[in-house]
Amino acid sequence: MKRRHFLQTTGLATGSLLLPQWTRAAAALAAKDPLAVARKKQLADAALNAATKLGATYADVRIGRYLNQSVSTREQKVEGVSSTESYGAGIRVIAGGAWGFFATNELTPDSIARAAAQAVAIAKANAKIQTEPVVLAPQKGVGETAWRTPIRTNGFAVPLADKVDRLLAANAAALKAGANFVNSQLFLVNEQKYFASTDGSYIDQDIHRIWPTFLATVTDPKTGRFQTRRSISAPSGRGYEYLDADPRHKLAPVGDTTVRYTDSYDLIEDATLAAQQAKAKVSAKSVLAGQYDLVLDPSHLWLTIHESIGHATELDRVLGYEANYAGTSFATLDKWKSGNFQYGHGRVNFFADKTQPGSLGAVGYDDEGVPTKRWPIIKDGILVGYQKTRDQAHIVGQAESDGCSYSQHWSDVQFQRMPNVSLEPGPAPLAPAELIKNVERGVYIIGDGSFSIDQQRYNFQFGGQLFYEIKNGQIAGMLRDVSYQSNTQEFWNSCSAICDRRDYALGGAFNDGKGQPPQISAVSHGSATARFDKVNVINTARRI
Amino acid sequence: MSLLSESEARAILQKTLSFSKADECQVSLSGARAGNLRFARNTVSTSGGSDTLSLAVTSSLGRKSGAATINEFDDASLERAVRSAEELARLSPENPEFMPAIGPQTYLEPQAHFEATAKVTQEDRVRWAAASIGHCKERKLTAAGYLSDSARFSALANSKGLFGYQRRTDIDFSVTTRTEDGRGSGYALADFNDASRLDAGGVTAIAARKALQSREARAIEPGKYTVILEPSAGVTLVNLMLNAMNARLTDEGRSFLSKAGGASRVGEKIVDERVNLWTDPMNAELPGNKWGSDGRAQRRTDWIQGGVVKNVGYTRFWAKQQGRDENAAPPPAFGRSIMGGTDTPLDALIKGVKRGVLVTRLWYIRAVDPQTLLYTGLTRDGTFFVENGEIKFPVKNFRFNESPVIMLNNLEALGRPQRVENSLIPPMVLRDFTFSSLSDAV
Repeated sequence: MKRRHFLQTTGLATGSLLLPQWTRAAAALAAKDPLAVARKKQLADAALNAATKLGATYADVRIGRYLNQSVSTREQKVEGVSSTESYGAGIRVIAGGAWGFFATNELTPDSIARAAAQAVAIAKANAKIQTEPVVLAPQKGVGETAWRTPIRTNGFAVPLADKVDRLLAANAAALKAGANFVNSQLFLVNEQKYFASTDGSYIDQDIHRIWPTFLATVTDPKTGRFQTRRSISAPSGRGYEYLDADPRHKLAPVGDTTVRYTDSYDLIEDATLAAQQAKAKVSAKSVLAGQYDLVLDPSHLWLTIHESIGHATELDRVLGYEANYAGTSFATLDKWKSGNFQYGHGRVNFFADKTQPGSLGAVGYDDEGVPTKRWPIIKDGILVGYQKTRDQAHIVGQAESDGCSYSQHWSDVQFQRMPNVSLEPGPAPLAPAELIKNVERGVYIIGDGSFSIDQQRYNFQFGGQLFYEIKNGQIAGMLRDVSYQSNTQEFWNSCSAICDRRDYALGGAFNDGKGQPPQISAVSHGSATARFDKVNVINTARRI
Repeated sequence: MSLLSESEARAILQKTLSFSKADECQVSLSGARAGNLRFARNTVSTSGGSDTLSLAVTSSLGRKSGAATINEFDDASLERAVRSAEELARLSPENPEFMPAIGPQTYLEPQAHFEATAKVTQEDRVRWAAASIGHCKERKLTAAGYLSDSARFSALANSKGLFGYQRRTDIDFSVTTRTEDGRGSGYALADFNDASRLDAGGVTAIAARKALQSREARAIEPGKYTVILEPSAGVTLVNLMLNAMNARLTDEGRSFLSKAGGASRVGEKIVDERVNLWTDPMNAELPGNKWGSDGRAQRRTDWIQGGVVKNVGYTRFWAKQQGRDENAAPPPAFGRSIMGGTDTPLDALIKGVKRGVLVTRLWYIRAVDPQTLLYTGLTRDGTFFVENGEIKFPVKNFRFNESPVIMLNNLEALGRPQRVENSLIPPMVLRDFTFSSLSDAV
């Protein structure tokens, strides 16, 4: 049977495909017809052999089938359903000491060999101005192997009506609880990736991710003011079972705040609370700017970790490869080599991994065939590690990749992307309510909001979803117009308490952007609730 | 072959429509040949190419719709795509905001295709990168840059007789140059439709000069300053304001244009009377597209005229809901701002500033409060203190918290517009721009 290959319908500008604005339901004709592993191996070998024959000293091929589904609703209407599938292969080679890459959606031995030849030609053209020949850390071939996300229910197999009903039920709950508007979305991703390289690896992986989210808005026509509260769900490396609202994975609210979630999410409960809280925000007290002790929930702290630890310790940034776009990093090699750079307080320990169950970064192998692992980034407050790919290890005198290579799609070249980077919970028993008892003047922040950080990761500013004033160890009501500003090193050295493992939860981003042309990746960051002393809080209210 | 002619595209679209059994069918076809080259540490890092052609079919049954995409073009594949879209339409929920397909449109004819860009090769990209790297090496600077080019076409047709075809080329180049000691950084960029206008070495020279001038930056107190925003610094804030000028959000009371009592600021003066902001597909320096995301013809639209909000963007549904003619109500804008200015060059603008800060680039701009359109972000890659009309010394970067609405109310002077990031933006002198903290980043 003749195979159909499809492109994603995410083109922009003039070249974009015209789909109706109000609904984007795209079918994937090949959805029931995935390639067999034996066929993928045959195609991969065609690419690797062609590249080697033309002078490549290394080659890898990624044959990808990418499924994406999203359902968007507002109030009691379905705004759009999108289901896309994309098949194709990307071939990366080293020739003349330079990288070359070419992608094709034609999956025949001939066309994939032609694409390999194009990749070699590009590498050879690039080699003319290459002054740092690519050197790869050794990676022993792993032969033929497979890995899959341990899901219980494949969201793609769940009827569309179930997804629509869940979102509309959440919207109804929010409207009933006082929201004037509510927009909700469910995103599902399934990456079926086959990787092969001239090192002798043939790796078949089946990776799943899910993200339910919404935004509830309350307007006050009398004043013209409006306030919003976004869901505090985390995107997750799980199947559809993540939406089961398993009560075992709820964390009780501190005082009159909100329910928090760990490994399972209650969409309807959170939507109800969101509407009530957005309403309360309209008349909440505007924060008085000044220094406060901050108590940050994992649903908020993940983003501060992402920006100030995760991005700062990406080795490509440190080395200057991202200087033109994402920037460089203050966490320079001399600080790492010194062995005594006090990145944070001694109680602060960060680890990187691509192995945590339920995390967005969890895979068996990265996109250059390196088995995944866990390793320290900050130990007892000291910078001890970075995030590396195979072509970076030798630059810092190391012989091993950390398994951080990723590409968003078969048609994009892989490069260094952030693994999960997480804060170790505190070793001594401590719950958020006990932590707050010791805060005299503080702000308790739940949920992520506005975020911005400079190109070397020193100065940052973060907002949130829910802000509660803490007075003499008690929650003393809701605040609004809150953002905090700090400097990365100062902030992490001001960390004065971290709750224990019982409070540990993952937050994360489905669409972390980096690179030129920009690529997205999904990454989680775990933490327990933590306290930071004397942080500068600004008031963001303005009049126009 | 990804770049089809008008007649080739029309034949595929008509063949596809002929298979339709739905109440309505819309088809669009697009193709692109694109390449890019990235360099850093004064050497090439990654580059790649792609050649793509794809077709999307949207079928409607009553108020239910489904869409399918495909990139094979034999008759059987085209028919299968149509059947799939129809099957999905049957399975989809009814959309209460369904709008019937649009009828034939009279499209303007922007000239956005240039053969010089369509013929760019990998060797050309390497040559441009080499010019940039060479300029930096001579000055003991380190270059990191990105070059991308594309030639595209798109075509659309529907069962109501709509047909359109357009093609365009684009080339974008940007470079960041850093001193070897990491204490100076400069940035410059250029984008054109015609690749023959790209002077990678010239763009790099601007970035290199800024890098060398920005060493030994001094810290000055954050606070309210007069700023000179170069076009590369002002472009994002202007486009964010334009994109937020949305009729539905305004009418629903959740926009910066919403007012107490359900009223809006449309028709009111919201910024300095010298501010004029429009979009125009026929601008020769910034040729646009024939149609927008819903197929309606693109026309010149004045969004702000003499400081007054003249228009907000309407989807077809919202135009109907509000009793407006969908062909008269402009579709929501997405970037491609044209902001009026003067003939004053940047240097002359600087000469008129008694005390202020010259900003090359604003970075990591994120919304803080949609009610006031407050944004935060940072200066980057060339920030200088200006006194008595002269650049005196480089200063450390700042974080800002500012609304483009407040900023454009505090307008002192405008300069000569320049094309940056697919917009035409003048340099702007603005008083009382809010810098809220210092950054150590270079």
